[in-house]
Amino acid sequence: MRGKLAPLLLWLLPLAFLAAFYFYPLASILDLSFARGEGLLQPFADILGNARLSGVLAFTFWQAALSTILTLAVGLPAAYLVARYRFRGKSLLRALSGIPFVLPTLVVAAAFDALLGPRGWVNVAAMAVFGLESPPLLFINSFGAILVAHVFYNLTIVLRLVGDFWARLSPRIEQAARSLGADPWQVLRQVTLPMISPALAASALLVFIFDFTSFGVILVLGGPHFATLETEIYYQTVALFDLPTAGALALIQLLCTLALTIIYTRLSTRLSRPLELRAPRAAAQPFATRRARWAAGGFLILLAIFFAAPLGGLALRSVSRLGAPRGRVATTPGLTLDYYAALGEDLRGNVFFAPPGEAIRTSLLYAGATVAFALAVGLPAAWVLARRQNALLSRLLDPLLMLPLGTSAVTLGLGFIVALNTPPLDLRTSPLLVPLAHSLVALPFVVRSLTPALRSIRPRLRQAAAVMGAAPTQVLRYIELPLVGRAVLVAAMFAFAISLGEFGATALIARPEYPTIPVLIYRLLAQPGAVTYGQAMALSTILMLVAGGGMLAIEKQRIAEVGEF
Amino acid sequence: MLEIRKLRKAFDGKLALDGVSFKVRTGEIVALLGPSGSGKSTLLSIVAGLDRADRGAVLWDGKNMANTPAHRRGFGLMFQDYALFPHRNVFGNVAFGLQLGSQSAAQVRQTVSQVLQLVGLVGFEDRDVSSLSGGEQQRVALARALAPQPRLLMLDEPLGSLDRALRTRLLEELAAILRKARQTSLYVTHDQEEAYAIADRVVLLRAGRVEQVATPEELYRRPVTAFAARFLGLHNLLPARIVKVGRRTWLETPLGKLPAPKTKLKGDVVVLLRPDAIRIGRSLPIKLTGKLTSKRFRGRNLQARVLLGETQLVLDLPADAVLPKQGAKVHFSFDPRAAVQVFPRED
Repeated sequence: MRGKLAPLLLWLLPLAFLAAFYFYPLASILDLSFARGEGLLQPFADILGNARLSGVLAFTFWQAALSTILTLAVGLPAAYLVARYRFRGKSLLRALSGIPFVLPTLVVAAAFDALLGPRGWVNVAAMAVFGLESPPLLFINSFGAILVAHVFYNLTIVLRLVGDFWARLSPRIEQAARSLGADPWQVLRQVTLPMISPALAASALLVFIFDFTSFGVILVLGGPHFATLETEIYYQTVALFDLPTAGALALIQLLCTLALTIIYTRLSTRLSRPLELRAPRAAAQPFATRRARWAAGGFLILLAIFFAAPLGGLALRSVSRLGAPRGRVATTPGLTLDYYAALGEDLRGNVFFAPPGEAIRTSLLYAGATVAFALAVGLPAAWVLARRQNALLSRLLDPLLMLPLGTSAVTLGLGFIVALNTPPLDLRTSPLLVPLAHSLVALPFVVRSLTPALRSIRPRLRQAAAVMGAAPTQVLRYIELPLVGRAVLVAAMFAFAISLGEFGATALIARPEYPTIPVLIYRLLAQPGAVTYGQAMALSTILMLVAGGGMLAIEKQRIAEVGEF
Repeated sequence: MLEIRKLRKAFDGKLALDGVSFKVRTGEIVALLGPSGSGKSTLLSIVAGLDRADRGAVLWDGKNMANTPAHRRGFGLMFQDYALFPHRNVFGNVAFGLQLGSQSAAQVRQTVSQVLQLVGLVGFEDRDVSSLSGGEQQRVALARALAPQPRLLMLDEPLGSLDRALRTRLLEELAAILRKARQTSLYVTHDQEEAYAIADRVVLLRAGRVEQVATPEELYRRPVTAFAARFLGLHNLLPARIVKVGRRTWLETPLGKLPAPKTKLKGDVVVLLRPDAIRIGRSLPIKLTGKLTSKRFRGRNLQARVLLGETQLVLDLPADAVLPKQGAKVHFSFDPRAAVQVFPRED
């Protein structure tokens, strides 16, 4: 009896968590948009009838599609080079490209601001060199800024999904095609592209989903002129308090992402199906001709600059004091740690302006709670998934746990606002609200890092150790704990980093007097003044270092295969 | 006719091919035999046009192919791992090379079914390649390479990943198919039995150099170096010295003095005592006695090991040879003219 009951209980915990904090809030949104009793389709008709809102809908698709195409256009050549050639700095490029993906959107936005914004390096330099009165480059608040940031963010998806898949394909297949008389163009069209198409489609879809639900980038870099579903839900909720409209928008958003996520999951199972092609070790070759080396080298260097410049610019900006604009008291330009020192001060009397030090404390507390929640739910879930791979319940649970991955954070936040401010679950003022939302966002990552490790503890391993004379406690200590311990650490770091950087849901549900670091960066960026700007840069830099460092540690510790996003 | 002329290729400063030359005549099957790392696959890549040589040339009917890209050479290549297109079925794989040409769909279909018949896969057109067994995949790969009627077919260890029983069967079939199609072929392998079974001539490669070019019989009967003998599975290579006593030449070996065969070599040499030329009993001119250390029945023959002093000898005996108990004394004899060969000493 015990054998049957225990897994069921383990199963119930994640399910209850999802029910209370995922399905219930989303159902409340549904309820909200239909509560007006105007018929099922009325809210949608209202939105489509409203010129502005239907424009928002169209723009959401348009910017996501264009961003995806651009990402592929840059990512595919890069994936090809990484998969097929051997060159110095390959792993560096790989690591570099991965950093943006794990950075909080606010940090990326701040980084581009530090490089290309009105107070950024390029404009500062141009003004100094040409003696201009105003910044010549108007990058921030433009469509281009949104596109560039999206490419910056998601390039690593194409690079990894397509690049890794491509590298595993035996180059012999392409050689076979050539020996059969296919010219390089025919090989590409008839052999290579069809073979990488699952990875290509999966990465395009994933990039599209991320671009479709992008929030911080649109809000900060796009500015007030550009609204997507995501920012519009935020705007309707926070500025207009029009929850029914926000709810209807969220519903549309949810339907789209749900459909895309389902297609993605289908595709990614096809990806993991082995193509029987073991890649020979020497698959990656050096460049054959000098021309090829120069062309590829130039492209790769540009790519490296594209990744490194905004991040480096951000870090440098956070320790640089620039000369004040004309007409003000001049300060000497130079390096300074003033902005970091100023993090402890409260500069304005504004009630909504918490001192940065306090925001750091809040963020750390939330992140700690998120780790606890996510592990408490994720461990049993992963255990069930690992032990009973083929049980019907597991096959149901697995996709359910992945659902939050495709759900926009703002929609989730809206759901929390709508659902969790009335009994039976009144958490509106509870400090647990934010960590709960963060745990939900982190859950897919936590489960995905834990399951393979738990799965790797096969009975065989235990038997092998026992045969060699290990007592059960020694098996636990030397075999099982080291295997699981690392995975738990990785999962915890994921949860921690995600919580620190989460902005979409937090922007909606965090109480104004307790902002988290990203929320505070957003407020600081919107303020005039060199010191607040410097503080934003300093906070972003800290967040960048924590998130980047955490992810580098994860990469080193990781047991799971890449591709299990 | 394919001519390989003084090919040289280095990877990161390490020579993979060092002045390789040989020819493959039209309609001939040449086996390229050598241990792994001897440069076989590198040579194949260069001939196919997938890689470039540092020096030397690949000629077809006297024309240098250096500036002809792989897809215009008209050379077929069959890989060890088959490299079947996973996104195409059997028909799609075999038809690939044909569809690139100007043939009509009907012609393509006809050729594909002819080739599939040749390799014994009638009716397999619609099968998914991943559903095929190893032997079937091998045949699809062969059919795919044969279909466009290449001027030269290169086969890179085509039986390498199959189990022994299947290998023996497919090897015979493969030889029959290539002969029937009068297909000029270059067959790469590390297995001398495979090379013997399929080739008109064998090119033995060692560390990027041609060690010997010969027919299979010649190669087995008369290896020209100790390496060749060892690689062909011939045991009993012993250090020896050539000494002249009066007008007669002798070999001083660990087994004692033996009459030397005709040779230009002097001083330190390596002697081969062919395991298959030694007989139990005292019927042949040179008679020796040793201790039987092991005997192993190997199907068609019986392999015995005999210890003489500190020298271990291997004897390949007929399966019905009568041997004493292990550890007992055993008498054996050989005819030096048939059993003894000398090679230069290797460093």
